[in-house]
Amino acid sequence: MNIIGTLSQKPWLDNSPGEIIDETFGNGLRPKQIALNFFLGAVTVMFSLFIVTFVARSQYPDFQALAGDVWQPFYDPMRLWVNTGLLFIGGIAIQASSYFAKKEKTKYAVIALAFALVFTLQFLVAQMMLWQHLHNLGYYVASNPANSYFYILTAIHGMHLVGGLLVLMNALLSFYRKNSFIQFSNSVRLCTRYWHYFFVVWLVLFALMTSSTETFETLAALCGY
Amino acid sequence: MSYVAIADQVSELHDPQSFITKYVWSQDHKVIAIQYGTTAVLVGLVALVLSGLMRLQLGFPDTFDFIDPNSYLQFVTMHGMIMVIYLLTALLLGGFGNYLIPLMVGARDMVFPFLNMLSYWSYLLSVIILMASFFVPGGPTGAGWTLYPPQAILPGTPGADWGIILMLVSLGVFIVAFTMGGLNYVTTVLQARARGMTLMRMPLSIWGIFVATILGLLAFPALLVSAVMMMFDKVLATSFFMPALVSLGEHSETVGGSPVLFQHLFWFFGHPEVYIVALPAFGMVSDVLSVHARKNIFGYRMMVWAIVAIGGLSFVVWAHHMYVSGMNPTFGFFFATTTLIIAVPTAIKVYNWVLTLWRGNIHMTIPMIFAIGFIFTFTHGGLTGLFLGNVVIDLPLSDTYFVVAHFHMVMGVSPILVLFAAIYHWFPLASGRMFNERLGQLHFWFTFLGTYAVYLPMHYLGFLGVPRRYFAMGNTDFIPESAQTLNSGITVAALIVGLAQIFFIVNIIISIRGGRKCDKNPWNAASLEWLTPDMPPHHGNWGKTLPEVHRWAYDYSVPGAKDDFIPQTTPESEVVKENT
Repeated sequence: MNIIGTLSQKPWLDNSPGEIIDETFGNGLRPKQIALNFFLGAVTVMFSLFIVTFVARSQYPDFQALAGDVWQPFYDPMRLWVNTGLLFIGGIAIQASSYFAKKEKTKYAVIALAFALVFTLQFLVAQMMLWQHLHNLGYYVASNPANSYFYILTAIHGMHLVGGLLVLMNALLSFYRKNSFIQFSNSVRLCTRYWHYFFVVWLVLFALMTSSTETFETLAALCGY
Repeated sequence: MSYVAIADQVSELHDPQSFITKYVWSQDHKVIAIQYGTTAVLVGLVALVLSGLMRLQLGFPDTFDFIDPNSYLQFVTMHGMIMVIYLLTALLLGGFGNYLIPLMVGARDMVFPFLNMLSYWSYLLSVIILMASFFVPGGPTGAGWTLYPPQAILPGTPGADWGIILMLVSLGVFIVAFTMGGLNYVTTVLQARARGMTLMRMPLSIWGIFVATILGLLAFPALLVSAVMMMFDKVLATSFFMPALVSLGEHSETVGGSPVLFQHLFWFFGHPEVYIVALPAFGMVSDVLSVHARKNIFGYRMMVWAIVAIGGLSFVVWAHHMYVSGMNPTFGFFFATTTLIIAVPTAIKVYNWVLTLWRGNIHMTIPMIFAIGFIFTFTHGGLTGLFLGNVVIDLPLSDTYFVVAHFHMVMGVSPILVLFAAIYHWFPLASGRMFNERLGQLHFWFTFLGTYAVYLPMHYLGFLGVPRRYFAMGNTDFIPESAQTLNSGITVAALIVGLAQIFFIVNIIISIRGGRKCDKNPWNAASLEWLTPDMPPHHGNWGKTLPEVHRWAYDYSVPGAKDDFIPQTTPESEVVKENT
């Protein structure tokens, strides 16, 4: 949509019957995509603000980054890489499901979706194990702001994925109940966008978690602190 | 593919079958709008009573035993939060947004009716949680509506245990409710408009609601972030916002947190919130003025641009609420500049409202007098905003009643006057009946003059340096005795204004039950909502076929046309000319 062109129209001069708004939503996907985009916009603001406050908070003397020195838990980020791999495979699987759904290969779409569900669930379990690991090392939620941000950000990220999983499971169930392939295909396509988005969010969080104090200082300097 | 309007798709029609699905678990946007509106007005009445109690204390200190410093602070806090979030935001977007969007753009319903229903019930849950805080040990939070840490969660502040937790939970639920509703509003505007309803043919009410909703979707996350972090600080003893401090003689365990960080987050939401309330009001008042002046809105395009520009600028002015917070002083220059810049599109709107009236055929109906009243109060509130936007003027005035007067004029009285204008204007559409004219007149004059009697003297109190938020002034040398006399007068006026709302409530109740049945389109309006086959509109709004739009919503007193309005659905070939 050409925003400038639209806003420049002179409606008082034009009394024509007008065009049809949008012909592409015969299967009901377009409105849902728009709503999803706005939702992800709101989520982006939320994570951005968390991150900005994280960087700001890192400039106070009590802050200790979770990476950088050898005794810090994410000095060796292997666990994070494993978790990232799980979510990445989940994303590949859902992309495959979306591809098969478009080609109307139902069986493959459902199988790929099942893979996506399993790997995403594994990611969530692995995240909880990561929490337990940090907790066992003495990195409690309140003992340092970096810990607090770690728990809060991973929790919110995980909650959104749980929401996505519920939507996917609902899509699967209603597919078997109502046998509406269009509805199933739409859900998968929307979820694919959602999954990729939260994978990117995870990568940003990963980068933040594994940043050293010096990196935070540089980031903060770039932000004007 | 043949064109099938979204609301016309079979799966989207959800005819209610029983009383429960028709009026309780309803997915009809009109019923949801009335549910939203009724809940918002009821909770708003609670906030009105709280303001009356505050005024009793301020006007007549040492008189009422049941108001102590703690309860006074709780009244202040709950009054502010309820009015801004649970009344104004909910009524303007949840109420009017729901009612008007599908009708004004020519849709049968919202695009996601189930989500819409969920939005209302989540909103109701948030209200119940908030109201529950009156009944928990310690009562509701008394931290001030801005909930600034560290005091909001420290012992010594009323409601620092359960009250603040319930407030934060309630806000979280409200934000979820708003998001569900907001996604519906924007998607319906973008996707479910009738044929011919281009964006630039939409009435300004819809433009205001549309842009305000986008603001809400982008600004409420800031409140959510601050609420989540404060909840962690409160419940899990983290130190996002909590510095090292001594509380009640004991050193806290927290170190290093930044209270100013909270303020930035809060106002990053808080200032767009002003426009989340104001933009729908701007839009609706434009429509009311145009219809009742029988004249097209002056500068429609400029009005749309102004709405969009105000929406954008509202995200870069937030720290003008924080000149006295101890933030970096160099920020002040930037935020003062942006604040003055946002006055430009706002002033354009005021000029255009006045120019719409100029040489119009003004009908002094009840909606119209409320709308004209709004132009006065908004101009006054806006002008004092220009004072406070400047750092050097804000510093001495920031903690005085001048600020209270300013924001009540601009954000309290003004949108409320528009709400009344809108309720009276669209009441015949929603009920099929007219309201009582005399009660409406009484309601307007008591409210309009009464609010001036309340807030004009308050500016003067601010100049005297009378501090806001104080339970009692005590023996303060720099405040003369006359200030107390003025305070008593303000209280009397405020109580009269509060009681005058009975005219409104009685009017609505008796008019719904026994008001004169009115013809279709009693105001001879051109916009789509008045052109439904039935009045009030039935489920699905448009009967068998959706309307087709041929023109904008402001064809009033068109030269050469016989009637003084041309409905949006009338094609050029069917316009009756004067000489025929």
